[in-house]
Amino acid sequence: MFTNFDGSIGLTFCQHARADDQFSLSEIAPGVYVHFGRTALMTSENEGDIANIGIIVGQDLVAVIDTGGSVREGSQFLAAIRERTSKPIRYVINSHAHPDHLFGNAAFAPTGATFVGHANLPQALALRGPLYRDAFRRIMGPALIDEVKLIAPTLTIDGAIHLDLGQRVLTLRAWRTAHSDSDLTVLDEATGTLFAGDLVFRRHVPVLDGSIRGWLTALDELADIRAVRVVPGHGPPGDWPGGLADERRYLQRLAQDTRSLIAQGVPLAAAVQTAGATEKLQWQLFEEYNARNATAAYSELEWE
Amino acid sequence: MRSKFAILCAVGLALCLGAGSLFAAAPEPDDPWPDLARDIFKGRPLADGTGLISIEMPYRAEDAAIVPVTLRTNLPAGDTRAIKTITLVIDQNPSPVAATFTVDPGVTMISTRVRVNSYTNVHAVAELSDGSLYVVQTYIKASGGCSAPAAKNTQEAKANLGLMRFRQFATPKQAQASTTREAQIMIRHPNNSGLQMDQITHLYVPLFIVSGLRVWQGDQLLLSMDGGISISEDPNLRFAYRPNGAAVFRAEASDTEGHVFRAEWPAGPSEM
Repeated sequence: MFTNFDGSIGLTFCQHARADDQFSLSEIAPGVYVHFGRTALMTSENEGDIANIGIIVGQDLVAVIDTGGSVREGSQFLAAIRERTSKPIRYVINSHAHPDHLFGNAAFAPTGATFVGHANLPQALALRGPLYRDAFRRIMGPALIDEVKLIAPTLTIDGAIHLDLGQRVLTLRAWRTAHSDSDLTVLDEATGTLFAGDLVFRRHVPVLDGSIRGWLTALDELADIRAVRVVPGHGPPGDWPGGLADERRYLQRLAQDTRSLIAQGVPLAAAVQTAGATEKLQWQLFEEYNARNATAAYSELEWE
Repeated sequence: MRSKFAILCAVGLALCLGAGSLFAAAPEPDDPWPDLARDIFKGRPLADGTGLISIEMPYRAEDAAIVPVTLRTNLPAGDTRAIKTITLVIDQNPSPVAATFTVDPGVTMISTRVRVNSYTNVHAVAELSDGSLYVVQTYIKASGGCSAPAAKNTQEAKANLGLMRFRQFATPKQAQASTTREAQIMIRHPNNSGLQMDQITHLYVPLFIVSGLRVWQGDQLLLSMDGGISISEDPNLRFAYRPNGAAVFRAEASDTEGHVFRAEWPAGPSEM
């Protein structure tokens, strides 16, 4: 399905995701399977299925990268994995603390897998987890959310580690605050596939919940990673590091506009209505997130 | 400061428990405001404050951790009373009293940032010099997506603790005749709202917030804030005031761990 990564393929995929009730899990490179979430907010109708989640299959073991936005999605994901491999799921890696990426964790608890995350993830889950559960119970309803269990990683990463799946080594890297304060990336050395979590958005407007300065710095370091393709947290896959270009342009524009508005003395409430506005037509879900991004950027950059 | 804060907390806790039982009784919670108003203002009557005080918030909380709120006062000409305090109440927050501001009569606008947990009414209650209370309200929708009323960058939150910044804003040409000016005070502080021992991570985050902040123009106390846990990380106040010709501004902040932070700045060119 994803023999190349240009725009038309991605569009084809989006139609597929909406039209098909079957839980899709596509092999985008040998032993690398991805379920592409739809570009949307989490709702009861989509069962929180909005983020890209995937697996990497080694000779002996399987690593799961994110588990989706509900236990129901996580269970469908697990069933789809079992149709493709019976090898043990050794690791469940959470790319960060946001609910669309880890509300499905409970579905994987019975597998006995080790949960893996950024060293900041336990604290982020403790601080935000109950708030997320309350908020999404209102949005998605108790049937989907009451079964969500917040499972903190027991293998935490500060820096980088390698995980061996049998003739297949993954490099996991913990990042300083960027998209969030618990961002983790997974590089499959064998195929050069980078699971970037929400450090990379494509088509779906980037969402800032960490540090805009940290994120722009991280982009330069990300670009140095030797990969051939990226699976972003949201949106279609892309080549590497070319797949970073749109996100970098957006974040630079947002930072530049925000700095200018701060210098002019424009108050926060007014500034967030215009910062980044010229990017509007380039992104999906822009109205849902741009003012929020501008709010976070403003409150950070006014301390420069 | 500490005793005032303790009262704020106690009131917040009692209200929170009360609200909890309401939620348990009915899926559509009753409006908590009548009980809140009675508890906070000791049953004193609240008159409609429309025209006298206003509260501005966005239609939707874009970022639940940083929601701008602006309070403006406008006593009619000939009214000899002064506005003494403004209390900001976010009805559905765990501790609804976000802050109480005590203002100099020349302070006609205060803008700050608050955390908003869910869809909620927000009330501002002004107490006038004759002891009468006036209330206005607005409604704010909760933010969508994964926005949470929590710190974004726990790595940096404690860096530069207590660092304060002060800024005076240039007056636009069309407003040069106005006798008021705008300034802003910011303080670096994580303003952690506190967290009980978490059963999964065994993490404990203590309450750690700026409980008091005072700003002087020379020797004139312009503004003081008694803050609760709903004030955003890095508390930030922008306000309008009448210049008195003083050469300096001063600020003093105190937090729940007993730190006191002080800073002083020369009055800028917009004072001339």
